[in-house]
Amino acid sequence: MLILIVLVLGSIYALPNLYPTQPSIQIAYTDSAKSADQELLNDLENILEDSETAYEEIFLRENKIVVKFPDVETQLKSKTVLQQQLLDKVIIALNLEPSTPQWLKNLGGNPVKLGLDLSGGVHFLLEVDIETAEQGRLELLLDNYRKSFKDENIKYGKSEIRDLALLFQFSDKSSYNRALKKYRDESLGITGVQYVITERPSSNTLLLEYSDIALREIRDYAVGQNLTTLRNRVNELGVSEPIVQRQGSNRIVVELPGVQDPTAAKKIIGKTANLEFRLEANSRTSPLRKEQFNFKNSDYQSAFLEKAVVVTGDRVTNANTGFDESGFAQVNITLDMQGGRAMQKATSGNIGRGLGVLFVEQKTKSELVVNEAGETVIEQTSYIEKNIISLATIQAVLGTSFRITGVGSPAEASELALLLRAGALAAPMKFVEERTVGPSLGKENIELGMKSIVIGFSLVVLFMAFYYRVFGLAANISLIINLVLITGIMSLLGATLTLPGIAGIVLTVGMAVDANVLIFSRIREELKEKNPQLAIKDGFSRAFVTIFDANITTLIAALILYVIGTGPVKGFAITLSIGIVTSMFTAIMCTRAMVNLMYGNKNIQELKI
Amino acid sequence: MDIRFRFMKFRKIAGIISITIFLVSILSLGLRGLSLGLDFSGGTLLEITYEEPVSLELIRNTLEENGYPDSQVVNFGTNLDVLIKVADQDGNSSIGENIFNILNEQGISGELKRVEFVGPQVGAELRDQGGLGMLIALFMILMYVAFRFQYKFGLGAVAALMHDVVIILGLFSIFAWDFDLTVLAALLAVIGYSLNDTIVVSDRIRENFRTERVLEPIDMVDLSLNQTLGRTIITSFTTLLVLFALFIFGGELIRGFSLALILGVLVGTYSSIYVVANMLLSMNLSQEDLAIPEPEGADFDGMP
Repeated sequence: MLILIVLVLGSIYALPNLYPTQPSIQIAYTDSAKSADQELLNDLENILEDSETAYEEIFLRENKIVVKFPDVETQLKSKTVLQQQLLDKVIIALNLEPSTPQWLKNLGGNPVKLGLDLSGGVHFLLEVDIETAEQGRLELLLDNYRKSFKDENIKYGKSEIRDLALLFQFSDKSSYNRALKKYRDESLGITGVQYVITERPSSNTLLLEYSDIALREIRDYAVGQNLTTLRNRVNELGVSEPIVQRQGSNRIVVELPGVQDPTAAKKIIGKTANLEFRLEANSRTSPLRKEQFNFKNSDYQSAFLEKAVVVTGDRVTNANTGFDESGFAQVNITLDMQGGRAMQKATSGNIGRGLGVLFVEQKTKSELVVNEAGETVIEQTSYIEKNIISLATIQAVLGTSFRITGVGSPAEASELALLLRAGALAAPMKFVEERTVGPSLGKENIELGMKSIVIGFSLVVLFMAFYYRVFGLAANISLIINLVLITGIMSLLGATLTLPGIAGIVLTVGMAVDANVLIFSRIREELKEKNPQLAIKDGFSRAFVTIFDANITTLIAALILYVIGTGPVKGFAITLSIGIVTSMFTAIMCTRAMVNLMYGNKNIQELKI
Repeated sequence: MDIRFRFMKFRKIAGIISITIFLVSILSLGLRGLSLGLDFSGGTLLEITYEEPVSLELIRNTLEENGYPDSQVVNFGTNLDVLIKVADQDGNSSIGENIFNILNEQGISGELKRVEFVGPQVGAELRDQGGLGMLIALFMILMYVAFRFQYKFGLGAVAALMHDVVIILGLFSIFAWDFDLTVLAALLAVIGYSLNDTIVVSDRIRENFRTERVLEPIDMVDLSLNQTLGRTIITSFTTLLVLFALFIFGGELIRGFSLALILGVLVGTYSSIYVVANMLLSMNLSQEDLAIPEPEGADFDGMP
């Protein structure tokens, strides 16, 4: 009974893998803060109907809208149509959607995900440079303390950053003591002690370092901020199922299935400056030194800005919303030291003029073109677009931190803050690992893997049938059930299939018969002294302990592999682990059930095995 | 008693052979080391496929002229596929694109199948992690076997595993085959497989020591090996069947992986016969060691 239930469940979840994939597109708002809604769905429906595009299905999923098409041609055509109508409001990604029927989906059935080595695509591992982030914070802190020591008449001689520590050498004992008190007072943050203070009273020197708690905060902030920025950038690429994930303490994994041009992807992911602060052009600005830009939230409004860039987005260390004295929303911006200095220089003679913030985006435009072979293909060209997200009047000389007031509602303020932050990476990143698999190689890998499974499987099945006859048949049926169960469990767990993963399945096929071989040879032995029925019974039960012990150890090795392995190797560990468990189940339970069915309750005199 | 093959008659010779190969492997690992694949060494790798065979010499010279003097250029699988490997240059991640562009400019353009770049720290970390994982695996298995059987079996099993792993590593070192992450994965699978074999044999030895009290230990071991021989051969055979299918049809990317597994199955089968049994006899395994009838057999009887 248990066998039947497991079998039915296994088959149901393995089933989605049999359905072919269907060309589709995924549509999401360009602004990643906004998720797709009914309104967008209606818009899309209207556009598709107006252009008489035949689509099969349109539905909302998470923050995206998915449209399925009967063929690739309509898919490409409709992508162009939609892009032309909706312009930059949305990002459209081409995709292959599984055509799993609804009732299977309701049960949670989905096909197995393919790893990058099978689907083709790009894998990046980026490392966030925490030390630079810390250095940046210390520079700000140094500047702040210089200012406040000056205000409070605390005299110091030397002040610098040395080996990631803030160093102040004070002119006299009283300044030293007052500074020490100030440090101590300010040391307690919300989450705990922020500073580690080293006192050197003999030379009137104080050293200040970030505590472990503060460092962890800096790191988490930097990685979190970079993660958000990367997500936004990856969204620009229009990839259907991207993965952007933190790995370990300071690394970020980016996986882009189906992306064929790693260089372009790298350019977008690795770019830094996508915000520009520029002064507004006035009547004295020569026409050669000004440019006209549109506002981001309205196509009809535009303004002239100077060509010279005051500060770029990588100088922004933080931007958040707050309220001014009269309760209106405002955006607080913090720049790093270098940015602050540049801002101070630019604004000091220009109070009363406007300061514009440009949002710079790299975008891709898709067009249908007829290539040399006469086929219609989509051609993607990338271009840079700059829009004004804020234009405010300079009220005072600005430094490292300033605010933009009159930004409208709190919601609009937070959107502006998001845009300001989106441009910035909290700390620089570098690529520490990159793996690109071309689409042809992916396809080749699937074919080779499948071929190996089929050939290996057939060889084993033939051998078993030949060697063990009737019992071999039972073992072979178990083997087939085993494959179905592995596929079912992989689908159910949402595990990723990789090329080594396929190798794991092949290996499982070879090893899975082991349990049956153990049982059968045991039965053979028992037959020498017992009658067939008893021999079968004892054969199964005495082989069980051995099978259990032998498999547990392989499982231990596979689990360790899962923990230490990355990417494709993890895929091997997954299929191997699942294979071990299912093969134990099928070899013991299923074979037994079949043998019972054949020989149970019969008085057999002779058993061929 | 039905003892067809007197395995243990050759146990001294087998012991000498095992120790010799083991030492040669260690020597080779110490002197030559492993030829580490990209995963562990760090660097950049490109696989380019051409429509017709190209001269590797031409590619080598082109790269040399353009500032990549130490690049390895070899055919990969067929003579249409070319694999280019460049050692790490201070973690520079755009070497792959540079090389592809240089080749395109020189008119040696093909289809880029794969680019891999592994930075130096990542390579070092993967190395450490791999080594550590292997040690943890060996230790956990020692614990499990010691717990389920008896410490002498545990030592025997781990000795067999060390034997297998070192010899396979030695072969990879001697023949300078690329040792990458998939080979490491295969090695861990070998640990699992070899152990599988070892346990089946040990299990039978334990059972015979408990039930057949009349025989000398050496005969007891021979009897057990004979009883499990059929199963050992058939399982190794079916596993080798699928592994050869993988080796021949699975493509270039998992050739090293299947090779390591094939070697592992062969060496593992040998070691479960000669290394484990040999160790047990050397440690004077006696009936007293297994005298307490453990109840675990009874636990499972009712289950299947």
